[in-house]
Amino acid sequence: MNIAEKILAKASGKDEVKPGEIVEASVDVAMVHDLTGPLTVKSFREIGAKKVWDNQRIVIIFDHLVPANSIRSAELHKIMREFAEEQKIEKLYDIGRGGICHQVLPEKGYVRPGTLIVGTDSHTCTHGAFGAFATGIGATEMAAVFVTGRLWFRVPSVIRLDVTGKFQRFVTPKDLILNIIGRVKADGAIYKGVEFVGPTIGNMSVDGRMTLCNMAVEMGAKIGIIEPDETTLRFVKSRTKVQFDPVKSDPDAKYEKTISLDVTKMEPQVACPPSVDNVKPISEIGEVEIDQAFLGSCTNGRLEDLRLAASLLKGRKIKKGVRMLVIPASQEIYLQALQEGLTEIFVKAGAFVCNPTCGPCLGGHMGILAPEEVCISSSNRNFIGRMGSPESRVYLASPAAVAASAVTGKITDPRSLEG
Amino acid sequence: MVSGKAVKFGDNVNTDVILPGKYLVLTLNPKELAKHAMEGLDPNFAEKVRGGAILVGGKNFGCGSSREEAPLALKHAGVKCVLAESFARIFYRNAINIGLPALECPGISSKVKEGDKMDIDLKAGIVKDQTRNLIFHATKLPDFIMEILDDGGLIEHLRRKMGSK
Repeated sequence: MNIAEKILAKASGKDEVKPGEIVEASVDVAMVHDLTGPLTVKSFREIGAKKVWDNQRIVIIFDHLVPANSIRSAELHKIMREFAEEQKIEKLYDIGRGGICHQVLPEKGYVRPGTLIVGTDSHTCTHGAFGAFATGIGATEMAAVFVTGRLWFRVPSVIRLDVTGKFQRFVTPKDLILNIIGRVKADGAIYKGVEFVGPTIGNMSVDGRMTLCNMAVEMGAKIGIIEPDETTLRFVKSRTKVQFDPVKSDPDAKYEKTISLDVTKMEPQVACPPSVDNVKPISEIGEVEIDQAFLGSCTNGRLEDLRLAASLLKGRKIKKGVRMLVIPASQEIYLQALQEGLTEIFVKAGAFVCNPTCGPCLGGHMGILAPEEVCISSSNRNFIGRMGSPESRVYLASPAAVAASAVTGKITDPRSLEG
Repeated sequence: MVSGKAVKFGDNVNTDVILPGKYLVLTLNPKELAKHAMEGLDPNFAEKVRGGAILVGGKNFGCGSSREEAPLALKHAGVKCVLAESFARIFYRNAINIGLPALECPGISSKVKEGDKMDIDLKAGIVKDQTRNLIFHATKLPDFIMEILDDGGLIEHLRRKMGSK
């Protein structure tokens, strides 16, 4: 069996599972946030349940609309605080205590190799970076998980992505995943799993691996997953004392297919509006002037991303007429960025540094786009109206390309800024 | 049997156009969500589907976010069933769980035209275009999913199973 099959087999008490089979599995961790949690609570009440199945396995993280930007969002936060208190859920990360859910979950040690994680957010697949089977579900079925601790899954067939080669300077895991999505297309992995293997993945940091798995859903995938190795174990063991059982794919594991890639000659990639699979090498983009540059989100708001952007912005100024937003993914990253002097570099360059939040990525608040405006963003979606007006346009790229473009005022290859 | 007029969309209809993120604060008020369904793609959508309609989409219908508010908005706007070449998995699960039938129906998007009168037998997986006299065979729903739909959604289903009804 491959790693995905092994985790589902274990979670459903079976010796073996096969792609296509439907299993009922026990969930290890269930995560909701401030925008999807309230509907989960409403459904939980309507089911008629009184107590959650296990208040130690539920994590609530406020990130989408923080701090509350309207009376309505303040009410949603209140619903979640009251529910946590009623059910004695201690793992509530309120405003100022956490950050973006997909960053906070591993930071606080809730993501462990070999476990089954569900979250009411499509980017829950991020946690496959640690060898967990992690996937997004809806609010009402999360209510069912809250009641029973169990959920049905169709065992996915898995596409294997074998990656070799060394990245050029300023070419990043984000460029790799955009390139992959451009090949596989937005519907190329519906209902399937995507497993990343190969020496390039082995040499990649935890931050980079999270970026890869995070965007698996943009190909329709149920999970993105990477076998746990020394890098994984070092991170996880530094975050939790809870024991876990790492799982790896068998040597004779079956895959739907293997796609091989060499990143050696890969140039920075850009996903052009209005779909994530509309990917081009940056040299083919032509002249695209920007109004906003956004560095942040569950895809690219981590320390490695901030360091890379800061290395380009140091001693430079953001182009007049362009605004740059920098949003660290968590309080921990926010603090580290301060201590390392990254925040100072951003502020001196003229960037607007905000509190950890999903913010502009989903057009919720903080940096919504006007009609005809153009944004280059390190986030994950560029759909019509995603970040504001349906007439605005979003180009997705790496943190390096976002920073370089903020300096020049148009979409720019970060390699051209060097020196 | 589910019936209504076809309202058509293309491939990769994503949850940000089905229901833009800025309306998610209306999460607990499905009638308000419904007013904004498909706003970015078709400003007249609410009028078109009022009183019952069958949505016909292409590949990867409902891709993007996990927001259950997307199928909720469609259902409360008047959509009776969604037919598509394929679905994004979270949208598919959400639709079933809130009692909105979603059927994979190969070949449908190129043959059915806007406004065609559609009849759907969910149990048999048979889709009829009465206007054009066409019959399509949808992927049949597994029994346990059919049970959830028969009960009116996952909440009702669990209530029945737990005997709290």
